[in-house]
Amino acid sequence: MLLITCPWCGPRDETEYHYGGQAHVPYPETPADLTDGQWAEYVFYRDNPKGPFAERWVHSTGCRRWFNVLRDTATHEVLTSYRIDEPRPELPHAGGNR
Amino acid sequence: MTAQPLPEHPDFLWRNPEPRTSYDVVIVGAGGHGLATAYYLAKNHGITNVAVLEKGWLAGGNMARNTTIIRSNYLWDESAAIYEHALKLWEGLPEELDYDFLFSQRGVLNLAHTLQDVREGVRRVNANRLNGVDAQWLDPDEVAEVCPILNVSPHTRYPVLGGTFQPRAGIAKHDHVAWALARRADEMGVDLIQGCEVTGFLKDGDRVVGVETNRGRILAGRIGLAAAGHSSVLAERAGVRLPVQSHPLQALVSELHEPVHPTVVMSNHVHVYVSQAHKGELVMGAGVDSYNGYGQRGSFHVIEQQMAAAVELFPVFARAHVLRTWGGIVDVTPDASPIIGTTPVENLYVNCGWGTGGFKATPAAGWTFAHTIATGEPHPLNAPFALERFTTGALIDEHGAAAVAH
Repeated sequence: MLLITCPWCGPRDETEYHYGGQAHVPYPETPADLTDGQWAEYVFYRDNPKGPFAERWVHSTGCRRWFNVLRDTATHEVLTSYRIDEPRPELPHAGGNR
Repeated sequence: MTAQPLPEHPDFLWRNPEPRTSYDVVIVGAGGHGLATAYYLAKNHGITNVAVLEKGWLAGGNMARNTTIIRSNYLWDESAAIYEHALKLWEGLPEELDYDFLFSQRGVLNLAHTLQDVREGVRRVNANRLNGVDAQWLDPDEVAEVCPILNVSPHTRYPVLGGTFQPRAGIAKHDHVAWALARRADEMGVDLIQGCEVTGFLKDGDRVVGVETNRGRILAGRIGLAAAGHSSVLAERAGVRLPVQSHPLQALVSELHEPVHPTVVMSNHVHVYVSQAHKGELVMGAGVDSYNGYGQRGSFHVIEQQMAAAVELFPVFARAHVLRTWGGIVDVTPDASPIIGTTPVENLYVNCGWGTGGFKATPAAGWTFAHTIATGEPHPLNAPFALERFTTGALIDEHGAAAVAH
């Protein structure tokens, strides 16, 4: 089981959280101008790196707030977590999606 | 019922050749799908100058990690067609490959525990029948006749309200399936090359012309990717982005028991699927771990939940022990249906996105992928499963419709 640190509540078991997939995927700025291909990219395509991955989690049984986690998908190691109003932290050796 | 003896451990069934410098077709991934593709390239299309490259050992990925369930009772027409084609091929393969891989058509029960489950099940039975797939709706007493050890009491937390039954469904011995396909492909001239990892692609403009590997450069007329959980990592090296997410999928076995479980039972609602292997171990699985992962392992609470479900359904299992748990990496698409077809890169083809359901499709995946690679055009069975559907919107939404949650 993963041990994930909620920025508001501290370290808790994975079972307190739900997963939200890739972080930092902004809604299109000019949705009316998007082609079908661009819509497909926004709706269906997400990064799937083997290595560090910035992803969203929600603390469902705690503060119920969304936040971001940087986690290595090859080792499942949780590298760090941060609030959604914070930029992705720069960690040495952490490549992955940006 | 008595436990069935396993076939003798086979002698060497294929050569281990050094890779040549060029092939007509290179398949990446020697799992079930890669091996079936090579087999049908040779058998159906006469293309035998083929290499199957495998970074690990033959059939050591998801082919060694699945729960071996074979069925075709999918809701949507496109899915029923390709999985039923697979089931018909399964029915002939032991004889065709001259290899008894213990294909056992013991049926599969998909249980209903809520009114919505019942409506979904009845609808799926009707859809299956219209598509020529054998399917029956059973009430709880009939469910108990098929599987006497199931607890169909109305007093459980989620009582069994009925179930769908596909008598022609079943299980097979996964390793032997891979070895059977490998032996025949090898006999027809296909090179199966283990310990050969593809590290990059050679391109001439928008065309692939070969692969870079840890064992040198290999030129190829056409390249087919059949790399399951690592499909997006591999495709990215060729400059292709795939709409898949890789998740851990866990399974477990108990110690050996006398044969007590005569069929395959799947429950979407309490979420576990259980069969008993020929040797006697109870084989169980459920859904994926929620997070992305390439670690071939998952979190223990997922195992705990599926065991709780199994004991609720089968009180007789309460004193069984978990012998071993493991995880594979499954690549899941947004509509829980596979992608089999062409890519934006010329001469590069992809078979991926099978998620949690790839084993049952092995022969049809190979059949259609071989056709696509050989002719450059999809077979009618895999045309709906093109990558383009995520742009056109013509999804085949098997999430929750396929008789199992993913």
